[in-house]
Amino acid sequence: MDFLISAIPLVPLIGFLLNGIINKKMPQSLVGIIASGTVLFSFLISCYLFLQINNGSIKESYYSMFSWINAGSLNLGLSFLVDRLSVIMLLVVTGVGFLIHVYSIGYMKHDEDYSRFMSYLNLFIFFMLLLVMGSNYVVMFAGWEGVGLCSYLLIGFWFKNNDYNKAANKAFIMNRIGDLGFLLGLFLMYQTFSSLEFKDVFAAAGNYPSGDATLTAIALFLFIGAVGKSAQIPLYTWLPDAMAGPTPVSALIHAATMVTAGVYMVIRSNVIYTLAPFAGEIVAVIGLVTALMAASIGLKQNDIKKVLAYSTVSQLGYMFVALGVGAYTTALFHVVTHAFFKALLFLCAGSVIHAMSGEQDIRRMGGLKKYLPITHFTFLMGVLAISGVPLFSGFFSKDEILAVTWTYSPVMFTILAITSVLTATYMFRLYWLTFYGDFRGTHHQKEHLHESPSSMTVPLIILAVFSVIGGYIGMPEYINEKLGTHHVFTQFLNPIIYSPKEFILSHTFEFTLLIGTIIGLAIIYVMTKNMYVRDKVVPEDDSQTKSFQKVLANKYYVDELYDMIIRKPLEAFGELFYKIFDISIIDGIVNFIPRATNLTSSGLRLLQNGSVGFYLVSMVIGIILIFVFKMLL
Amino acid sequence: MNNLLLIILFLPLAGMALSLLPSREATGKTAFVFSLISLLLSVCLFIQFDPNGGMQYVINYAWVPDLGINFKIGVDGISLMMILLTNVLTPLIILSSFGRRIENPKGLYALIQLMQFALVGVFISLDAFLFYIFWELALLPIYFICLLWGGKDRIRITLKFFIYTITGSLLMLVGLIYLYLQTPGSHTFDIQAFYDLTLSSQQQTLVFWLIFVAFAIKIPVFPLHSWQPDTYTDAPTQGTMLLSGIMLKMGLYGVLRWLLPIVPGASADNAFIVMLLGIIGVVYASCIAIVQKDFKRMIAYASIAHVGLITAGLFTLKVEALEGAVFQMLSHGINAVGLFFIADMLMSRLKTHNMSEMGGIANNNSLFAVLFMIVLLGTVALPLTNGFVGEFLLLTGIYQFKAWMAIFGGLTIILGAVYMFRSYQAIMLGSRHLNEGEFHPMTLSEKTVLGTIAFLVILLGVYPSFLMNAAAPSIKSLLMIINAG
Repeated sequence: MDFLISAIPLVPLIGFLLNGIINKKMPQSLVGIIASGTVLFSFLISCYLFLQINNGSIKESYYSMFSWINAGSLNLGLSFLVDRLSVIMLLVVTGVGFLIHVYSIGYMKHDEDYSRFMSYLNLFIFFMLLLVMGSNYVVMFAGWEGVGLCSYLLIGFWFKNNDYNKAANKAFIMNRIGDLGFLLGLFLMYQTFSSLEFKDVFAAAGNYPSGDATLTAIALFLFIGAVGKSAQIPLYTWLPDAMAGPTPVSALIHAATMVTAGVYMVIRSNVIYTLAPFAGEIVAVIGLVTALMAASIGLKQNDIKKVLAYSTVSQLGYMFVALGVGAYTTALFHVVTHAFFKALLFLCAGSVIHAMSGEQDIRRMGGLKKYLPITHFTFLMGVLAISGVPLFSGFFSKDEILAVTWTYSPVMFTILAITSVLTATYMFRLYWLTFYGDFRGTHHQKEHLHESPSSMTVPLIILAVFSVIGGYIGMPEYINEKLGTHHVFTQFLNPIIYSPKEFILSHTFEFTLLIGTIIGLAIIYVMTKNMYVRDKVVPEDDSQTKSFQKVLANKYYVDELYDMIIRKPLEAFGELFYKIFDISIIDGIVNFIPRATNLTSSGLRLLQNGSVGFYLVSMVIGIILIFVFKMLL
Repeated sequence: MNNLLLIILFLPLAGMALSLLPSREATGKTAFVFSLISLLLSVCLFIQFDPNGGMQYVINYAWVPDLGINFKIGVDGISLMMILLTNVLTPLIILSSFGRRIENPKGLYALIQLMQFALVGVFISLDAFLFYIFWELALLPIYFICLLWGGKDRIRITLKFFIYTITGSLLMLVGLIYLYLQTPGSHTFDIQAFYDLTLSSQQQTLVFWLIFVAFAIKIPVFPLHSWQPDTYTDAPTQGTMLLSGIMLKMGLYGVLRWLLPIVPGASADNAFIVMLLGIIGVVYASCIAIVQKDFKRMIAYASIAHVGLITAGLFTLKVEALEGAVFQMLSHGINAVGLFFIADMLMSRLKTHNMSEMGGIANNNSLFAVLFMIVLLGTVALPLTNGFVGEFLLLTGIYQFKAWMAIFGGLTIILGAVYMFRSYQAIMLGSRHLNEGEFHPMTLSEKTVLGTIAFLVILLGVYPSFLMNAAAPSIKSLLMIINAG
């Protein structure tokens, strides 16, 4: 029975091979059916497994396909594990993944490389499933790097455009910086525990004292990997650039699934992080700074996808704050709700871009509400969810993060609350500018405005439903108490957490937080509406922006900074090594040896000049010298 | 079938004799058929091989009895891997020349087969004198291949390569004779006698450096590498493939078989400095690769980086790293041949190696784009490709030796991605459209060569254990010899 779980990743892999190899000979509809059908298949098995685990008939499912890498005491199988944690990730990846596949059938229909696109999506699903299903760190790493590859392939999908190719390269290389950290974590882990298998590592790590230096080092190394993959400071700049990829890619890879891999990894390693509180602090601080910084940048972006990209970076920051304070289930809760509403928002953005004939600048949109009713309504649901409007999914998960942060550090809570204000502000700004006011695009664009086909709108509607109701699996304590219900999500997940932390909050605090949220959101709603709908403010041209706003618009000049401190020195080193060391010095020395031999011999050759007189004279001098030496000694 | 090994060794010589006979057209095909038979026999050898059987198929004839010189050959798991590498790559190297204009093909194919003979000989010799003979014999065909079929500056570059290598070889000869003179009784060149020697630490140090320099030049280890980029760039494709794919493994194999177990004390004493050179090579050559504009030269520098890591791994004397090193020798051979073949395909069509003059090839050549991408992924060590297994194990071992060395050596993960992905972008991507006249579609032999390589990249990445299990016991027993000494 356990072998069934190996079908979850393998079936999408077969879909990839079918669509990748015989793509040209298949009708387009069949390509779409294979691509989305394989993911649906995986989703159904995942549902089955979820039910089995949920009703307690199985605890977990483990299957090893074959032995992969053996050396020394390293004994790695290509093996899979489905437990409470991975089954939730499975549902998210295959569920949201399936909807995005269906959406892509409509979105990419007219692209000449349609089947290549669909096959890449399947390959991505395969690697993502490898990542969440691996039963050891190396299989996880295989998925980890594999999704990075797919991300590269899909960001640079339209490879005729060299800007896109550069963005793809940047994404891959920045991820690789993180991956080196991840690998170093694995090396140290292997050195410490002589195994990289989850169950061995966690069992052994559980016996270490809290604050152990080795565990802290492992946690920090692994976190470098998470920083790269989940786009945290300082390795986040690839994610906004990754928006060069087709929009379904942004929804699937750069919002709902791949970028949450870092969060998944930390939750998976929660034993290590729990016993390394210092690493936890670092995680929380990085997450906090990232959340705030990305949200502030989001305020000034005018590209619909860039706003969402910075929003993703910021929301991932929230998740890391939760991880850092030890609220692992809370972080995963936000992963789930975020997957719904952020995938929704991106797909809506795709629908808008589709209608606008490729336009992404919100300054050229406006008034789209009446042309795209379904897109408009579902987008609004997404905005309400991400802004944390009570009763929408984002409210529950975000509220929980804020609450647990309060018990950890009121200062961090305050910063996070400010970030929430910024989040709602840039989201409403985006919403008003896109869907309200007058249409600001060209005449040509206006004539083409149309609602998207049903293959695109149906996924939107389904995701919108989940964005609204998805939060009820994790209601706060004061509601559960009234209704006599439980926090279903935490209850389900707690068995895989090493030592679940209790976050005790006074009801007064929770009510204050709730009231504050409602008042804050109401103010933001009114203010942004007044500004963008009543006063019809449109962000000015890039050349007009001044001072700090310009710094924000230019994303704090971080790209320029990296260019200066990493790329340029690297190339300078390359040139220095090549021209000075390699050609002049090393090869110079090598070439000097024969040259010196030549010189010496051509010097000595002069002695052999064939003149008998010279020979006689030298002989006499030689004899004299011998006598002189004899007398001296 | 006890003579199987003997047949595998001498078959290329027979092939060489035969391919010199027939008419011009059939020369290549004869050579190809012979190389395929060699491959088939090597696979038979692999199937019959008993991983736990130690040294097998041993043949020991007295050659010059008065001097204690024997014709002694045999295979263990490590030799087996090297035979497989040689005999898998040789048919691909021969096939890679099909459809190219080659002056005097008879000579080229004869020399490639002579080379194959010498390489197999190096990998199975169990007598130091025999080893040395094969080692030097391998230099002759490659010298002529580079000299006769090389590029513009071939005479100067080939001479430099030749003198550089032979200098190292002579030092090794001195070292081997010194060891011979230490053997008890009437002296012998038998490898077992060398392993049994007990040398003082000064003696060990002397022998270590004499022999190591020869291997280090061949590999090449920083800073003894300056012959390599010129030679790789200027040699004909088949020569570069032989050099990078197989010949440099002579040096790495030599370290494993003829250095570490013979002078274990000195090897451990000097491990730090050698590893340091290896790691410097990784970072140094990767940085240089980033700024190269010539694709072939870039691969040459990338190769220095990769073998630097293997060298460092060998000297950790950790079982993970040693197994990784042997596996990475195979992977590097396959990937390097793949990359140089891609360079050759580009050269034959675009008449340049300069990447800034390329671009947009993927637009009309999706198969080529995919196969190139797979070889690239193997080179940058993506998991589930062959490159990952070796590099992961090497770095694991290096980390246990010195963590900071793994950090610097691990930079290859990042820097390798930088130069490989940049070059892929420059060569394959972009808006430029090349029609069939400008970029001829892949021929059947090209598809076969690159397709086979891509297949191996994935096969060895997904299921490396079928090879690793064959080599592991031999590596462990070698380590036991080293640790006992």
